[in-house]
Amino acid sequence: MANMFAKIKWKHFINYIVVAIAMIVFGVMSLTGALSSSTVYLLEKIAIAIILAVSLSVVVGFLGELSLGHAGFMCIGAYLGGKASLLLEPVMGDGFLTLIVSMIVGGAIAALCGAVIGLPALRLKGDYLAIVTLAFGEIVRSIFMNTKKESFGGSLGLETPRYDKDILFIIAFVFVLITLAVLQNLIRSKHGRAITSIRDNEIASKATGINVTKYKLIVFTISSFFAGIAGVLYSFSNYTVQSSKFSYNYSIEILVMVVLGGMGSINGSIIAATLITFLDVKLQTILTGDLAVLQDLFYALVLIILVIYNNAPALKGFRETHNLKVLLDRFRKHSPADRKDDEAKWDRVPTKISMDEVLSVDLQPQTTYTPDKPKKEGK
Amino acid sequence: MEIIETLLNGMSIGSTYAMIALGYTMVYGIAKMLNFAHGDVIMVGGYMLFITMASALSNPIIGLIFAVVVCMILGITIEKIAYKPLRGASPLAVLITAIGVSYLLQSTAQMIFGSAPKMVILLDLGNIEFGGLKVPVYTLITLGCSVVIMLVLSLFVKYTKTGRAMIAVSEDKGAAQLMGINVNGIITITFAIGSALAAFAGFFMLLKSPSLSNTLGAMPGIKAFTAAVIGGIGSIPGAMLGGLLMGVVEAISFKIPVIAPYTDAIEFLILIVILLVRPSGILGRKRREKV
Repeated sequence: MANMFAKIKWKHFINYIVVAIAMIVFGVMSLTGALSSSTVYLLEKIAIAIILAVSLSVVVGFLGELSLGHAGFMCIGAYLGGKASLLLEPVMGDGFLTLIVSMIVGGAIAALCGAVIGLPALRLKGDYLAIVTLAFGEIVRSIFMNTKKESFGGSLGLETPRYDKDILFIIAFVFVLITLAVLQNLIRSKHGRAITSIRDNEIASKATGINVTKYKLIVFTISSFFAGIAGVLYSFSNYTVQSSKFSYNYSIEILVMVVLGGMGSINGSIIAATLITFLDVKLQTILTGDLAVLQDLFYALVLIILVIYNNAPALKGFRETHNLKVLLDRFRKHSPADRKDDEAKWDRVPTKISMDEVLSVDLQPQTTYTPDKPKKEGK
Repeated sequence: MEIIETLLNGMSIGSTYAMIALGYTMVYGIAKMLNFAHGDVIMVGGYMLFITMASALSNPIIGLIFAVVVCMILGITIEKIAYKPLRGASPLAVLITAIGVSYLLQSTAQMIFGSAPKMVILLDLGNIEFGGLKVPVYTLITLGCSVVIMLVLSLFVKYTKTGRAMIAVSEDKGAAQLMGINVNGIITITFAIGSALAAFAGFFMLLKSPSLSNTLGAMPGIKAFTAAVIGGIGSIPGAMLGGLLMGVVEAISFKIPVIAPYTDAIEFLILIVILLVRPSGILGRKRREKV
C-alpha cells in the first residue's frame, strides 16, 4: 500500500488537491453562512477566470499559437447558454438539470464555432491566426450586440436567471477540476507531446509524421469548449450578459493571466488567474474613475517586461542566473553534493530546445574536434 | 449622384486606412513583425493635435507638424525599448509585447487626458457644391494629401539610397547586412516613417469627426491591418489598394440600412475570407517556408 502511494507523482496532482481543498473549505464556510455574498461572487469570478486562463494557456503556452478571440468564444457560451437556460426554465425548473443542460449547450456551440473557425483558419499561423481570431471575436460581439431585443437582448444585454447563489461557486469549482483533468491529461498524453512538438518546431514535427492541422484543431476546439463553459458560468453568475464585456480587451486580460503565470505552465495560469481576479475585484472599490486605468497600465507593463525578460536573446545569461528556481535553491539548505549527478541534470526535463542549443552542445570553442592532431611528445 | 458621393466618401476613409496600412505593411515587410501598437500611435498623434489646438498656437498645420515629430520619436522609442531586445526571439513573444505596448499607450493616454472624449475642431471647411454633387471639403483634402504622400513615399522607396536599402532589408536581412546596409538603422527609419504616416492619419480622422478618445486608433488600426493583408502584406501599392477597398466597402455598407450595424463584422469577414482564399493578399508574393 505504501509502495503504491510512493509511486504516485504528487507533483501531478497538487493542483487538483489545492483546488479541491479550496472548494471544500469555502463550501463548508458557505453552508455555515460564514461567507459574505461578495466573497461568493469573488469565488465565482475566480473559478471562471481559472477556466478561461487554463484553456487559453493550452493554446498559447503549449500549442504556441496566439488566440485573441477567447472572449468571443466565451461570449458565445454566455449568450447561448443563458438563452438555453431561459428557454429551459419553464420546462425543467431552475434547478441543477437546467444548469447542466445549458452548460452543455453553451460549451458545445462554442466548441463547434471553434472548430468551424479553426478548420480553415488553422492553415494560418502566428500573426495571421492572431488577427483572424481577433476578427472572429469582434464579429461575434457585433452580431450579439445588434440582435433583436426578444432574441438576445440587443445592446441592453440578455437577462439571465441567476442560479442559486450559494452553490454556484461550488459547481464552478467542480468545472475547474474537470477542466484541469481534461487539459492536463491531454497535455501529458502522447497527444500532448505532439502538441508541444508543434510549438517547438512545426516543420520538424510535420516531418515526424504528426498531423499538425488535426492537433491544432483539437486544441482549438477543446479550448473554445471550456471558454464556452466559462461563458455559461458567467451568465449564471451575473444577472445580465452584455456584449461589451467580451471585447478584445477582455481577451487581452486573459492573455495577461497566461503570460504572467508563465507560458506552458498550467499551475502558473491558475495562480495568475486567481491573483488578477482578486486584485480586479478588490481594486474596483479603491481605484475609481480615471484611477482605474492604473490597473491596465500595470498589466501592460507586466506583459512587456515579462515577455522581454523571458524571451530576449541578450538576456539569456542573466535569465539562467537570476530566476525563481535559483532563488528557491538558495533557500533550500541542501548542498548540491547531496544530489546525485544524474538527478541534478534531469530534474527538469527540457521542454523547449532550440536547434542551435542542441548543435552547440558538442562543439565548444575549447574542445574543437581536430582529427589526428599530432601530440607533442618528448622533452 | 448619391453613388458618387458615397464612393468619394469611401475613398477618403480608404485613403486614411491606406495611410495607416502603409505603416503596418512597411514594418511587417522589414521587421517581420505585426506592430500592434501602430493604431495607438494615431491616437497619440490625435492628442498632440488636441494639445496644440488648446494652446495659444491653435494652428492645425503647426499641430500636424508637432504630431508628426512626436509620433516619429514615439515610434523610434517603442522600437528601441520594446521590440529591439526581442529581435531573434519567437514571433509569439514579439506579438505579445506589441499588444502590451498598445495597451500601455492606451492606458497612459487615458491616465493623462481622462476617459471622456475630447473635441478637436481643426478646421471648419463646409461643403462644396459641384453640379448637383455635394462633397465635404475634408474629403477632397484627405484624398489630395494622401495621393501626394503616397507618391512621395513610392518615389522615396524606389529612387533614394535609403529606400532601396529598405527593399533590400525586406528581401533578405542577412544579405543586406553583408552588403553593408545598417539593418538596425533601416528598421528605425521604417518605424519613424510609419509613425509619421500614422500622425497624418490621425489628422485626417479628426478632420472628419472631431471626437478624440484613447481608443481612437484601436479599431481603425485593426481595419487598416486588414487592408494591408488584403492588399498583400509587405507590398506598398497593395496597402494603398487594400485601404481604398476597405474604405469603399465601409462607405457602401453604411448606406444600406439592413447591414449598416454589421459594418465591422463585414469588414472582418472580408479579412477572414481573403486570408483563407489568398493568404498572400491581392498584390502580395507567396513566400515559401524554408526549414
